[in-house]
Amino acid sequence: MPHPVAPVEFRVPPVDAVALETRVGELATRSIKKSAKVQGLKLAIAMMDLTTLEGMDSPGKVRQLCQKARQPMPGRKDLPCVGAVCVYPDLVPIAVAALRGSTVLVAAVATGFPAGRTDRVTKLRETELAVANGAHEIDMVIDRGAFLAGRYADVFEEICAVKAVCGPARLKVILETGELKTYDNIRRACRIALLAGADFLKTSTGKVQPASTLPVVLLMLEAVRDHFLATGVQVGVKAAGGIRTSKDALRYLVLVNETCGDLWLSPHWFRFGASSLLNDVLMQLEKERTGRYQRPSDFSVD
Amino acid sequence: MVKNVESRSTVKASKGQLSFGKVWPYEKAPESTDHFTIADRYGLFIDGEFVAPKSKEYFATSNPATEQPLAEIAHANDADVALAVQAAKRAAPAWRALSGEDRARYLYRIARILLERSREFACLETLDNGKPIRETRDVDVPLAAQHFFYHAGWADKLDLVYPGATALGVVGQVIPWNFPLLMAAWKIAPALATGNTVVLKPAESSPLSALRLCEVFQAAGLPRGVVNVITGDGRTGAALVQHKDLNKVAFTGSTEVGKQIQRSVAGRNVELTLELGGKAAHVVFEDAAMDQAIEGVVRGIFFNQGHVCCAGSRLLVQESVHDLFVEKLLLRMQRIRVGDPMDKNTDMGAIHSKEQLTRICELVSAGEREGATLHQADCQLPSKGYWFRPSVFTNVALSHRIAREEIFGPVLTVMTFRTPEEAVEKANNTSYGLSAGIWTDKGARILWLAERLRAGVVWNNTFNRFDPAAPFGGFQESGFGREGGRQGLRAYLKVPFALSPG
Repeated sequence: MPHPVAPVEFRVPPVDAVALETRVGELATRSIKKSAKVQGLKLAIAMMDLTTLEGMDSPGKVRQLCQKARQPMPGRKDLPCVGAVCVYPDLVPIAVAALRGSTVLVAAVATGFPAGRTDRVTKLRETELAVANGAHEIDMVIDRGAFLAGRYADVFEEICAVKAVCGPARLKVILETGELKTYDNIRRACRIALLAGADFLKTSTGKVQPASTLPVVLLMLEAVRDHFLATGVQVGVKAAGGIRTSKDALRYLVLVNETCGDLWLSPHWFRFGASSLLNDVLMQLEKERTGRYQRPSDFSVD
Repeated sequence: MVKNVESRSTVKASKGQLSFGKVWPYEKAPESTDHFTIADRYGLFIDGEFVAPKSKEYFATSNPATEQPLAEIAHANDADVALAVQAAKRAAPAWRALSGEDRARYLYRIARILLERSREFACLETLDNGKPIRETRDVDVPLAAQHFFYHAGWADKLDLVYPGATALGVVGQVIPWNFPLLMAAWKIAPALATGNTVVLKPAESSPLSALRLCEVFQAAGLPRGVVNVITGDGRTGAALVQHKDLNKVAFTGSTEVGKQIQRSVAGRNVELTLELGGKAAHVVFEDAAMDQAIEGVVRGIFFNQGHVCCAGSRLLVQESVHDLFVEKLLLRMQRIRVGDPMDKNTDMGAIHSKEQLTRICELVSAGEREGATLHQADCQLPSKGYWFRPSVFTNVALSHRIAREEIFGPVLTVMTFRTPEEAVEKANNTSYGLSAGIWTDKGARILWLAERLRAGVVWNNTFNRFDPAAPFGGFQESGFGREGGRQGLRAYLKVPFALSPG
């Protein structure tokens, strides 16, 4: 597909690593207590993409996860259901069936997740099938090999091509920031994905360390904010991988609150990709409600 | 004075409109104050003890955020000053005779006790000064302790850099209200490390933390008379710097008072260092990391309500990025959380005093009259106390008073430049010369500029970062002498002429 954008447009402002991390350090000291904490944690549940991406994923595992997604804690009707369930493409039909009648969306990873080292035809066909099977959201990976080789136009074209076969499904573009390494690379990858029509920028597959970090997410939030200011087009951000505690989740939400503001404080525009985070959030919410911590075994592990 | 950014802005409107703080407001998170007490009345700290002043006079210190009085403070007259200087003079020979290692022991002990009591000091400083608890907790108190740690390390190594140097004797130190504890540490630590004894006069409007520091000296077992703290107003300060038994005067404060002090020590055999006002320039090039530069500019001018002698109060931004930079800066300014200094989420606290607020208002009015465009954050201000909105002036000419005079408040003036040469020329177009900031991605340009900027401290891609190992001090009307680092020790030592490394 011929692309209309000259590579020069992938130029981005430089990022100062020390100052970026300093800003994150400042925002990490925000004190989120009582009602603000409860509201933030409920929001975090609603923003969660409850994820299972293992070779051993089975229909039974996915059905159990979907049950947890619909009703994170039976008996607490005041808690929202999660934003989406995120699975491999072959398990999309199982998840769609298990979530029928709920507002929980189904997200499918695609394009040769997690490495993305397969040919374009396969990537597009995999995406088409996932959408046809009922996935509401597609989590694609960018071609990091092409990016690191400086072939930015290839990265851009591929995102455009996947977007074109997504139809009504929203496209999350995984930058795999742990492989891009530098903040300057990440900022450039954000720009490429934004120009190519991504609906979400996503940090990581969860298969590479480091996965999501606060400075990287701040950088992405700044990128989508600048894109919005310049074009009026709003794009979401998904922090995925390595987010395990309520404290982590609140720190991410503080970044959202103070960088992009009210418009992004919604499951439509910000997500957490996580699996073990949910139980820690539930435990903290129970602690806020009852005044004491419950045993971990009081929370279902599916 | 309420003007919101949108209505006053001259920069072009964005396509997307952001909003903040409506969906997820943070609940109040006040730091508790039940872990320490403030006495009703404080005496003078002379010869290791708190004593009632000979003057029998007291004055009140109050909380600028609430206007509530906090405590009564002794006013030291000439007789009290004389007693304090005599105590320091008596203590000097024994203190100087101690080995560096032994002096270090005291300094390390002071630093550790200060850190152990850091929460108490942070609260006290915030109550007395009006600055946010976030800053006292994360900056003022840890940095004050760091100054004692750092200089403790020098006490037994002075011969390595200044062989044969000796202590000066009795040092009179007068410090300002903007960093009461930090300035006390900044002054006392090097003086003690080099074997001098001290009479310190804190500012009349913020004396509590320096007085509490005396409790730390007592707890550390510091010999009597080595540090004396006398409180009072300008008259007390004048009596101190004119005392005939001083060997050195160190002053941090306004340029006006600095000049008076220099006149008063003229013709006497008294060493002098002055750290005075500033009107620092940030120079932002088009290739700067923009979001981080904005954070730095915000930190540069709104840190400590702009009550910082090295505050980056003049923004020189390359004309090619001026509009975008200002637009993003104003957006960022809107999100500064102004209010109760004891709230852990407050970014900017109260203006320190009514007098200072009057001065800020006067200069801001002058800026408007002279034709500059004022932008202010649209935040809620408390009804009690002294407050001023975060403010930015655009369309500023170099000749405007707001571009030349030190405002010492949260007011930034924005001007443009076209070439690096022009940036240097405009940055140096000031009677001051304390600090400057350079924002560019080009290393070579940083070095080129740093050589040409007439400022004692030049920060690159950061601002208002302090380190006891880095010498701090000014050019021109910002004063002379350096504090901190190897150079700072020099100001407290009599160095054999031939060996003086400067």
